[in-house]
Amino acid sequence: MTGSTIGAAPLLQVSDVNVVYRGAGWRRPTFHALHDVSLDIRAGETLGLVGESGSGKTTLGRAVLGLADVSSGSVSFDGDDITRATRRTRRALSRDIQVVFQDPYSSLNPAMTVASILAEPITAHGATRQEAAARIAELLDQIGLEPDAGRRYPREFSGGQRQRIAIARALALRPRLIVCDEPVSALDLSTQARILDLLIDIQVTTGVAYLFISHDLSVVRYISHRVAVMLDGQILESGDGDKVTSTPEHPYTQRLLLASPIPDPARQAQRRHDYANLA
Amino acid sequence: MTATTATHTIAPPPASGRRLRAFLRNPMGVIAGLVLLLIVVASILAPWIAPHDPGLVVLAESLAPPSLNHPLGTDGNGRDILSRLLWGGRVSLAAGTIMVSAAIICGVPGGLLAGYYSRWFDAVASWVSNMLMSLPQILIIIVVIASLGSGLVPTMITLGVLASPDLFRLTRSAVIGVRQELFIDAAKVSGLSDFRIIFRHIFSVILGPVLVRSSFMFGMAIIAQSGLEFLGLGDPLRPSWGGELSLAFQNFQRAPNLVIAPGVAIGLTVMALVLFGAALADSLGATRRTKKGNWTPAPSRPTDGAPHDDAATGSSPDEPEGPLLVVENLAVSYPGEDGKGVVVVEDVSLHVRRGEVLGLVGESGSGKSQTSFAILGLLPPEASVSARRLRLDGQSLEVLSEKVMERLRGQKMAYVPQEPMSNLDPSFTVGYQLTTPMRHKLHISRSEAKERALRLLERVGIPDPARTFASYPHQLSGGMAQRVLIAGAVSCDPELLIADEPTTAVDVTVQVEVLALLRDLQQERNMGMILVTHNLGVVADICDRVAVMRKGRIVEEKPVRELFSNPEHEYTRMLLASTLEDALPRQQRDDEMGVTR
Repeated sequence: MTGSTIGAAPLLQVSDVNVVYRGAGWRRPTFHALHDVSLDIRAGETLGLVGESGSGKTTLGRAVLGLADVSSGSVSFDGDDITRATRRTRRALSRDIQVVFQDPYSSLNPAMTVASILAEPITAHGATRQEAAARIAELLDQIGLEPDAGRRYPREFSGGQRQRIAIARALALRPRLIVCDEPVSALDLSTQARILDLLIDIQVTTGVAYLFISHDLSVVRYISHRVAVMLDGQILESGDGDKVTSTPEHPYTQRLLLASPIPDPARQAQRRHDYANLA
Repeated sequence: MTATTATHTIAPPPASGRRLRAFLRNPMGVIAGLVLLLIVVASILAPWIAPHDPGLVVLAESLAPPSLNHPLGTDGNGRDILSRLLWGGRVSLAAGTIMVSAAIICGVPGGLLAGYYSRWFDAVASWVSNMLMSLPQILIIIVVIASLGSGLVPTMITLGVLASPDLFRLTRSAVIGVRQELFIDAAKVSGLSDFRIIFRHIFSVILGPVLVRSSFMFGMAIIAQSGLEFLGLGDPLRPSWGGELSLAFQNFQRAPNLVIAPGVAIGLTVMALVLFGAALADSLGATRRTKKGNWTPAPSRPTDGAPHDDAATGSSPDEPEGPLLVVENLAVSYPGEDGKGVVVVEDVSLHVRRGEVLGLVGESGSGKSQTSFAILGLLPPEASVSARRLRLDGQSLEVLSEKVMERLRGQKMAYVPQEPMSNLDPSFTVGYQLTTPMRHKLHISRSEAKERALRLLERVGIPDPARTFASYPHQLSGGMAQRVLIAGAVSCDPELLIADEPTTAVDVTVQVEVLALLRDLQQERNMGMILVTHNLGVVADICDRVAVMRKGRIVEEKPVRELFSNPEHEYTRMLLASTLEDALPRQQRDDEMGVTR
């Protein structure tokens, strides 16, 4: 079973979203984190979001998750406006929208066993303990961990394994969209490739859609069907993944591309030369 | 004990078990705990174990010395002191329990909610807490006793409420600290209610500190209650430690030794509580150090039985003037938990020539940073370092004293760290941090050092050197801070530069510039350089020769072009195969696999 079919209507639609942070304290300046950002994601698709630090890519992810307040514009999921969803709607939405964060160290509560971490979202939505246990066994299998991993604590696992656990937690409720915020940037090179393959496998079998946030063009190119490039809270360029990541149009994306070093001394020397000519 | 260590190696016990073990290893805490237990049990059993009725007045036996019948003697009214102290313990413990409970009930939930929700609730609760702290406590207690009588409950509840801001502030700041953690965000996205988030995720974090603070507060409660009784603000019919002390003082002229017993009871109990709390705090602290740090000798193996695989390509120190740096058979190990050493670097041999960039590549835990710190002589004292040869410019490093090493660092070899921000002291200006080492190392005047620093800042590409010179680190961007650190590293003209992941913390567009700067400086000064990195792109960009490290050993060492074109070791091949730069884009792979969406 290969996922759901592409509907005419996108699964997630972000339209002209602005996020403005008020400065702390009296008369502090406001910070405009997102400027009229629009994008859409269809079911079963990965949209890659590339940008450097401070570009607003994480804020956009948080706005979709309801963790950042949207000042204007709208976010709709499966046709329903969720821009300013109440806490109750948000909790219902958590069945559909999930998250995997960058840091697999702080995203898992160190005081809880893996099983209780995974059980939490399942039981919060009213499943019995047996149902939860069965689902946890299924999840551990899906992410390639031993069945007895549930009894252990996060610190007993390596970074890559922790990230697998975080992915399992996101999958627990069989969501339709997962926001992946730099999920592989804290990992070693070889682990990174394996986690990406795991995410792709899961997408192919479950039909989940990803909003995949990363600073690394090669990672985004590997996993994304479409790519959007952000700078200073705005989307500069978006389109087909291959096109944006190999023959970008916007000068900034070109700079970004030529700035990333290739693991090949001869081609890297050429790329360095091209970058110098660009500037 | 042996049984527990056996299971320990398989699966470390949960946090609570480790904390308990850490606590039990502390003799002070165990003794204090036993004393407390004894006092509590004796007080609870007072009705059954007290030899006499505490209120029984036998005037004929007034102020009797200790005897078999009255082990601690009698007081001015002829009452048995031991019995009165045992009964008084009940009062003291009840006083402590009431006050601490009141403080917890008022302080902790308020702190939880204020810390979690912030905004208006925080403002109101903090205001109330500040107001409570500014009230004159003695006055309020006297008013309460005057209007509600000298009963234990209203007095101690009042004291508890007055002490609650302490717990409120503690809880609030702990919650604010943990609220930013990603696992709280993850719990929100998981659809958990706030109630569950607060009680499952946050409460477990604040439980420890609150327990510790409560045990101190319990001691304070006993002192406060005794003090009130001593001043005569208590109920004279109720036997209590403070009351006994007060009676003893009334008879101080006739029987001065009467103050000893109640004094010891109060002192011992409070001291036991404080020591118990301190030990508790220590054992909690012992489990806090599990975060990844610079020095955690991450995944590696015990010393014994490590199989020697095909490793360690030898160096070739046969050129005329000899390489700048020669390292032969370097090993670094740390004392492990179970007595065995943990080896993090083993049998590492490498060399760096003048004007050459050696890449030290590996994944986390490969020992690449430990190797470079060993060369710099900057490993922590518990590390044991050994090497057959460790020579910089012909000088043997392993026999040098710390003093000589200090002189070599900076002038002979310098270091560029990964995290630019945490390696600049936030409380001093950039200029101060650049000029101080130069004045000490090069023995030049303040103005010369300043001139030199300004030239260096200009050289590393800082647009307005004078302004950066006068700024504090927080006013710089990450890229600027890294440039400042590079300027600092080359300020005393080192011959060897060791850069540990110098671009990992910065954006790619900044990385290009930092790498270009490092390359230019290295070439123009003909420095030898070791670049520690996990990024193969960076290696291809800047390195002349590469050593690949894995689990503390060098598995392959080659000129850079050869390494990429003809990797020999399977680990190197695996690493190169993991790079994504040349992978087909997703859509194309999907199409090839026949995946339809």
